[in-house]
Amino acid sequence: MELFNNLVFGFTVALTLQNLWYCFIGVFLGTLIGVLPGIGPLATIAMLLPITFNVPPVAALIMLAGIYYGAQYGGSTTAILVNLPGETAAVVTCIDGYQMARQGRAGPALAIAAIGSFFAGTVCTLIIALFGPPLAEVALKFGAPEYFSLMLMGLVAAAVLAGDNITKALAMVVMGLLLGIVGTDVNSGMARYSFGVPELTDGIGFIVIAVGVFAVGEIIANLGDPEERKVFTNKLSGLMPTMHDLKVSMGPIARGTGIGAFLGVLPGTGPAIASFSSYMLEKKLAKDPSRFGKGAIEGVAGPESANNADAQCKFIPTLTLGIPASAVMALMLGALTIQGIAPGPQVMTQKPDLFWGLVASMWIGNAMLVILNLPLVGLWVMLLKVPYRLLFPAIMAFSCIGIYSVNNSPFELYLTAIFGIIGFIWMKLEMPPAPMLLGFVLGPLMEENLRRALLISRGDPTVFFTRPISLGFMIATALIVVVMVLPAVKARRAAITDPAAPR
Amino acid sequence: MKFDWRYNRDFFAGLFYIVLGAVGMWIARDYPFGSALRMGPGYFPTVLGGMMVAFGVAVMMMGVKNNEKIKPHWSFRALIVLPLATVVFGYLMEEAGFIPAMLALIPLSALAGREFKVVEVSLLTIGLTVLSVFMFIKGLGLPYPLIKGLWGY
Repeated sequence: MELFNNLVFGFTVALTLQNLWYCFIGVFLGTLIGVLPGIGPLATIAMLLPITFNVPPVAALIMLAGIYYGAQYGGSTTAILVNLPGETAAVVTCIDGYQMARQGRAGPALAIAAIGSFFAGTVCTLIIALFGPPLAEVALKFGAPEYFSLMLMGLVAAAVLAGDNITKALAMVVMGLLLGIVGTDVNSGMARYSFGVPELTDGIGFIVIAVGVFAVGEIIANLGDPEERKVFTNKLSGLMPTMHDLKVSMGPIARGTGIGAFLGVLPGTGPAIASFSSYMLEKKLAKDPSRFGKGAIEGVAGPESANNADAQCKFIPTLTLGIPASAVMALMLGALTIQGIAPGPQVMTQKPDLFWGLVASMWIGNAMLVILNLPLVGLWVMLLKVPYRLLFPAIMAFSCIGIYSVNNSPFELYLTAIFGIIGFIWMKLEMPPAPMLLGFVLGPLMEENLRRALLISRGDPTVFFTRPISLGFMIATALIVVVMVLPAVKARRAAITDPAAPR
Repeated sequence: MKFDWRYNRDFFAGLFYIVLGAVGMWIARDYPFGSALRMGPGYFPTVLGGMMVAFGVAVMMMGVKNNEKIKPHWSFRALIVLPLATVVFGYLMEEAGFIPAMLALIPLSALAGREFKVVEVSLLTIGLTVLSVFMFIKGLGLPYPLIKGLWGY
């Protein structure tokens, strides 16, 4: 009954006219920017962050969450219509979604993606409402060693699952941790790696790195790419899926939601893993696996549900533990901090309107996505027909305004330029930037907890293995590494992430 | 296959890690190291720098073994122009105001592309600037002057 009361309370918060309006704006703008090719959810949120500054905390978070789902759905739209994934999770959607579009079935593909996402969103809203509070209670018992081990597990998972080269991904995590050190040390008050620049004593801004690498760096890379993209929209007739489509998609949607929700709770794993796993599972279960890659609707329904479920369940560790479970969640926590709220397990009890309002708004946001996107597909198609040479200056403009608005400081833009160049180099050398970002966010937290844990244990490092919860995380970390370097798994993973595989 | 460092992807990736890790450790020499019990500000960075160097060596070895090449096709122009446009925007925001900054940023960014059509870029610049003024300054109330007085005044 308490669950019911909490949800009702959440809906009374989320259903105020003001919050509904912000939710709508978030979903709409998120989709609008997310549809633009090459712009993933991370860059979208970073770019749109300034519009949440003058908004009350609850509304700001609701809006950011809306931007997030919108951006993700927008990315799927682009994947289906142009075969151009905005982020790794959408790569899977490209495989069968684009084939469907070529066969003139873009409408049903887009519709099933929306329906699957909505189902996943509904289930995950319930999961968060059910498991959030007990988890927050457990989290209140966490000490420094538990936090450190949990973060270590998250970082290792992020690195191991990020790309096909584990060594490079782990190195990127370490690089992120190192970049996170820049700034004033909390314990000693000493400025580290600030090179005498006063702006650097506050550390490097997260948004600077995100926009520098994922917007500026990405555009530089795109402009060197001679490939032309083609929009398959001329035959966008019948939007609604047939009864047969719905029937065959039901199973994949349910299974995709399960996979996504499970992986979503683990910090570090990105939505790409959920999508890939769902796709592989559906292909395995299918009566005729050869249809996959040639426009099988199950290949769109499953992964799309999975990545939405994952995206939403990422809020569980983020809100209950105060640990950003993904780079996008780090931005969310950053926004909370800007609003003057310290993230952590206490948020739920001290700010119940924020927690439950956000949970309820997730469901509303997902409903809005369905209602908004089916009629607006025409608009997105129009947007996709805008040539890239007009789009990228616009992306640059919004990115720069976004960066400047964070601290009203030109220095941040100079740093962004540097990270644009570095990001481009990383892309060329195939050094995956996503694990770096997570390392960067968790760096200061990790150092802090490591110091505290060793201080409590009088310098004895076995403290991480003698406390049961911490030991559990350590064993899980070891298992992740061992499983992933097993030759069989390695070969399969290479097959999935191989860019040469048919799209 | 014989090792060739030119355009060798992982060789340079490894080099990147090694240099960064080494520089990180070098700078951290000046920070008190402390002990495991009472870590100084130099402890964590030094350990991380060491890990970076180790990973860098491993990645470099991969490069020596695989000889994987960097993918071709890249726009040197975009690599120079886009960061420059970002810097110019920051400078003008501070010195000249929102409108001049936008009027410089958009055409300058457009220069990074392969084709530059004067009429098209002009329309885009004006359109985006007007839109942003209404959206960010009027609509969201971001507190930036549209045009500051001439330099130095």
